[in-house]
Amino acid sequence: MRKAQRRLWITLAAGVVLVGAAGLAMTAMRDAMVFFYSPAMVAENPPEPGQRVRVGGLVLDGSVERPARGGANFTITDGGGEIRINYDGSLPDLFREGQGIVAEGVFDPEGRFTADTVLAKHDENYMPPEVAAALRESGMWHEEAGDHSGYGGPDGYDAAETEQPS
Amino acid sequence: MIAELGRYLIALALLASLLQMFVAWRGAELGGRNAYARAGKAASEIAVLAAGVAMILLIASFLRSDFSIAYVAANSSIEKPFAYKIAASWGGHEGSMLLWCLILALFGYGLARSGPRDDGLRSRAVSFQGLLQTLFFGFLAFASNPFERVSPVPLQGAELNPILQDPLLVIHPPMLYVGYVGLSTAFAIAAAGLMQKTPGRILAAALRPWALGAWTALTAGIALGAFWAYYELGWGGWWFWDPVENASFMPWLLGAALIHSSIATEKRGAFPGWTVFLALLAYILSILGAFLVRSGVITSVHAFALDPERGVWILGMLGVSAVAGFLLFALRAGSLGEGDGFEPTSKEALIGANNLLLAATSGVVLIGTLYPMLLEMMGGATISVGAPYFNAAATPLLLIAALLMPLAPFLPWANGGLKNGVSQMRAALMLIPVAAVVIAFLFAGASPLAVIGGAIGVWAISGAVMDLGQFLPVAMARGQKLLVIGRVMAHAGVGFIALGAAADASRPPDQNVALAPGESVSIAGRELRLDGVSRADGPNYMADRARIVVDEGEGGVMSPERRFYAVANQTTREVALKSSIAGDLYVSVGEARLRSDGTTAFETRVAFHPLVWSLSLGAVFIVLGGALALTGRLRAHAPVVQRDRATKPAEAV
Repeated sequence: MRKAQRRLWITLAAGVVLVGAAGLAMTAMRDAMVFFYSPAMVAENPPEPGQRVRVGGLVLDGSVERPARGGANFTITDGGGEIRINYDGSLPDLFREGQGIVAEGVFDPEGRFTADTVLAKHDENYMPPEVAAALRESGMWHEEAGDHSGYGGPDGYDAAETEQPS
Repeated sequence: MIAELGRYLIALALLASLLQMFVAWRGAELGGRNAYARAGKAASEIAVLAAGVAMILLIASFLRSDFSIAYVAANSSIEKPFAYKIAASWGGHEGSMLLWCLILALFGYGLARSGPRDDGLRSRAVSFQGLLQTLFFGFLAFASNPFERVSPVPLQGAELNPILQDPLLVIHPPMLYVGYVGLSTAFAIAAAGLMQKTPGRILAAALRPWALGAWTALTAGIALGAFWAYYELGWGGWWFWDPVENASFMPWLLGAALIHSSIATEKRGAFPGWTVFLALLAYILSILGAFLVRSGVITSVHAFALDPERGVWILGMLGVSAVAGFLLFALRAGSLGEGDGFEPTSKEALIGANNLLLAATSGVVLIGTLYPMLLEMMGGATISVGAPYFNAAATPLLLIAALLMPLAPFLPWANGGLKNGVSQMRAALMLIPVAAVVIAFLFAGASPLAVIGGAIGVWAISGAVMDLGQFLPVAMARGQKLLVIGRVMAHAGVGFIALGAAADASRPPDQNVALAPGESVSIAGRELRLDGVSRADGPNYMADRARIVVDEGEGGVMSPERRFYAVANQTTREVALKSSIAGDLYVSVGEARLRSDGTTAFETRVAFHPLVWSLSLGAVFIVLGGALALTGRLRAHAPVVQRDRATKPAEAV
């Protein structure tokens, strides 16, 4: 085969694969993208009930209920609002009151949030970046709580996640 | 004293790496056989020695529980068992960075000792490796020093995250780093080749064994990590498309593309520019992975603690490596030459298609991983992109690649041979619909993608068997049997992984229930009864151990644990697994719940993962395949390369 012809073939094949991959990526992104809402954002402009979203904030002290059937109900806050979360799975081992967590799930029309995933990390020193940003926004962020330098900072690189395939 | 010596050694390694970069460069300018080149090698030896002794000192500080060192205080405690004190030295950011640097220096020495045979090319590669070492040793010395002192000295350490207290911590990170860092050799050789105007075929031959060794180690490291997530962490799965997993998957995909395209370049001169480009890009994506994991930009279950300063450093290293590599590429790619032509149904064409698909997959994964970050940086909404995106966008591309894979060995170089290849493989091809029907029947409710994936897995395995039957006799006659066996095993491994992943995606829903002693739950036709819970304390933790009876004793007994680590104030779960040909029964216990009738119920999670052995087997096959192919390759290039086996590429496997 001539060189020009081979070039054409390669370009064509690459074009087809790239266009296909880009198409796949764009469709998948549209369907799979999950927006993050802080409690303050929910209070102001709540997402559609049934739309899959992530929420995050600090677990309100004294708000955690652990029903005998398993699972847990708790409230998260960022100072600008509160979200009550129902979770049927088993909480991550690192879940604690006063700690920053992220939950993924849907709101029902009454504004209660049913989570199928709860992400909690490490110890009280760790803050998921989204939650830290939301807390800064609402003025609940204390720099000393976010100080991770030096001794006592969390330097292990792992944590727990409890994920429930829905 | 030890800490001061450690800091001194890191500074020494940094200086030696700088020296290595400059003198080896000069050595290459003068042809590569001279005192400068030898000095470059000597500098690489000093860097290895200094970094190696520093690593030993750090381990010694862990064994002595020297909490005057901040890093030790943050990651160990007096009660920690011996083996975990050693492993904890790479369990946190600074120590793992030291390990990274040590491996980087070892590869630098490996290149100096048994790198490319051409003296100029070798010396130049040693110099580029010196550049990469300088960047990372600088980062270690100035922004991540593991020997930093703390004052006042605490009496007790904060303890390593208990989740990391696992035998796999000993082996998973070092293996992963050999893979990540090993790709630096491909980068260094590729950049050196561009500088030296080395023809593409020679360059591909020079970098191929290094890329193969690194990629094999990366495969092993990723597989160990997946295994760890599955059996230890109680996450109930082996792959989550977590940003950090993606960070390791992208260089893996490009590495897989590279070891195939470099065959086509070496044998036929095809795609020389692409091969060199991949060699540069694979390592750059390794650094991108380090950035994602260590800068705190992402929410990930694996991420290290937040530290923007480190992030800036790593971005700087990423920038320097990328600019150096791609600028050279832009200026010099023309010197790589052009290969002979080939037909669209030749082996080259199929390797090209495989490369396109792997690179496209890598791009799709990159978009999904970085898009949320970029969107937020530009002031947009905070979003997350999870498994549904990657399953929908990456999996189809990988399946097409797996569909084409078994054909490639049957096609001739240069000439079209699709008809001949397909006819030779007719028997295996016919297995595809049969396997699809069987899988759809066995796994009721399996998604179409899972059925197709499983069928393609079966096709890949049978194709590999036919490959062995067809080509092993010829290869044995030519003394190339290891190369063929390696290829066959790796290709079959891909098939086993596709099959196992398809089966796992079709598993029955996991169950979360609260069980009191005497109560039971059933999954996948098995009944699990909680018999009771008793205390089972360990050296640095307290534990509750549940006794779970499967099928009233016929299926045996399972003993998951829930542990509490007092120093770290953390609970963890020890999963219990029961494996069979059909799959794994998987149980973990969580919190105790007091019911209103006074009984105590325990949160219990049960799952059934069909054909998990197929995933493990697939990973073992790919790693063994890579190792065999590398051994075969090094033997074929004996005697000059004979001594190579004693050094880095062999260790990398």
